[in-house]
Amino acid sequence: MSSSALPLAGLSLDPVSDFQQLTAFPFMVNALEAGTAVAIMAGVVGWFMVLRRESFAGHTLSLMAFPGATGALLIGLPAAAGYFVFCGASALVIGLGSSGVRRHRGEESALTGVVQALGLACGFVFLSLYQGVLAGYENLLFGDFLGITRGQVLTLAIVAVLALCGFALVGRPLLFASVDETVARARGVPVRGLALAFLLVLGLAVAATAQITGVLLVFALLVAPAATAQQITCRIGASLVLSVILGVAITWAGLALAYFYSEPVGFYITTVAFTIYVIARVTRAVIDHSTLLRRRPEIAEAHA
Amino acid sequence: MFEHEFVRNAWLAGTAIALASGLVGHFVVLRAQVFAGDALTHVAFTGAVAAAAAGIDTRIGLFAATIAVALAIGVLGDRRAGDDTTIGIVFAWILGLGVYFLALFSSRAGGGNGLLGARTLFGSIFGLSAADARLATVIAAAIIAILLAIARPLLFATVDPAVAGARGVPVRALGLLFLVLLGATAAEATQAIGALLLLGLLAAPAGAAQRLTANPYRAIGLSAALAVFSTWAGLTLSYLIPKLPPSSAIIAVAAGVYVLAFLASTDLHGLGRRLAAPLSGGTET
Repeated sequence: MSSSALPLAGLSLDPVSDFQQLTAFPFMVNALEAGTAVAIMAGVVGWFMVLRRESFAGHTLSLMAFPGATGALLIGLPAAAGYFVFCGASALVIGLGSSGVRRHRGEESALTGVVQALGLACGFVFLSLYQGVLAGYENLLFGDFLGITRGQVLTLAIVAVLALCGFALVGRPLLFASVDETVARARGVPVRGLALAFLLVLGLAVAATAQITGVLLVFALLVAPAATAQQITCRIGASLVLSVILGVAITWAGLALAYFYSEPVGFYITTVAFTIYVIARVTRAVIDHSTLLRRRPEIAEAHA
Repeated sequence: MFEHEFVRNAWLAGTAIALASGLVGHFVVLRAQVFAGDALTHVAFTGAVAAAAAGIDTRIGLFAATIAVALAIGVLGDRRAGDDTTIGIVFAWILGLGVYFLALFSSRAGGGNGLLGARTLFGSIFGLSAADARLATVIAAAIIAILLAIARPLLFATVDPAVAGARGVPVRALGLLFLVLLGATAAEATQAIGALLLLGLLAAPAGAAQRLTANPYRAIGLSAALAVFSTWAGLTLSYLIPKLPPSSAIIAVAAGVYVLAFLASTDLHGLGRRLAAPLSGGTET
């Protein structure tokens, strides 16, 4: 293949030469490594997030990376520090605040909504105070995989390992508390403490992920692989593993497409994730429907 | 400060938008649809940049996108199971589309996308013309009129859908109509407050009002009043402090009101006990 000599010759049908092209530049290797670390972590954290129906909290925490990054820029700290501080603080506020509410679900989500809007408003103020980066705010919001350094890859890998160790430690009680809170509490599982710890890990994970996909699109990597996996199988271990595999596959596909074509990486990652989810959902509906059709005579018989 | 025309326009449009957001927001919080509201406000961004990329009026894109997604959530969504996951995936993808349209628009307009993006995401209430402000007022008045007309049955359908359905209230149709109103409010307010910040004006006054009073009608009025107060105070603040963007000031005041209401209505001893609970093993009795 002569195209392998030209790094930007476009996508061909030969996967080996495509892979060689993809890894021809160090910045792309960094992006793929960082993306893999983030996707593995997002796959696990997102799986629990979907199970616990905390998508709104996850989305809000991911948006908190925006004031984090702009605030850090303003006072001259590395952006990563701002990401982790703001996401962690918001996770604490949401976790502690909603344990004080609990009157009904609407009020809990009102609190989350207020945190989100206030955080974004702060981010916009920081951005206005730090004039001159207005052109860069889009990379913050929508992701930029070109400028990832070795140091960032290392930080992301460490965060991912820490988060996964955390899950290895509290995974079982967390699963118990997520599936049946009342019974778990009766059995002495510290439900509230686990909920707070989970939100903190979620904040940590989105702070890391936001650096690759951008603040607005973290959510696609958190929710889509997990929701797709939970459509495909209801066995816990299998869907957890599937969620991680799907997350990594979506990230690689998105990065590769953004490398070969000109559209932004966030667009490709969300589109691939959405397409896979729709396929899984439709397949599941068709299977369920045909099972129902096949069993209808039996059911009618049982009712007669 | 009312000598300037742009300030008068901002107050007119801001008051109308705040009234509509406060009233709609009350039901958003009561119906636990804050996440749907979040999705609709963010989707407004995609609508606006798509319209800009296609070269048509951004307002058409705003209303088309939010109302289409409102209908989709209303028809496909199921308020009980898995709803937030579906909303989350759909709107993550629509935001991704927004990025695509923004790139398309900027490649056509020669890199001048910073302003369009920032205005759509964070609003530009001081940039409204007199015609914009009048149009915003008319649309807000229409939203408020429809909402007040359906307020009683909607409240019934929200508080107890099963009994309301048995009494002949069209629960599903009301829910759908309400989502469309929410979408229209989101599109309307995006020009002033911005797609990213609007959620604050929907959630904060309504959340505060519901913490202060249990009477639904009093809460509706209080929510609208708090939203208008936040807007006025925010506009004044940002007029006095030129570096403070108006939309951020409005949201900051609204959030401040919510925090005060939260503290006023929380029994602090109970909260302290609950906060200590997770640290000390945490079984609540």
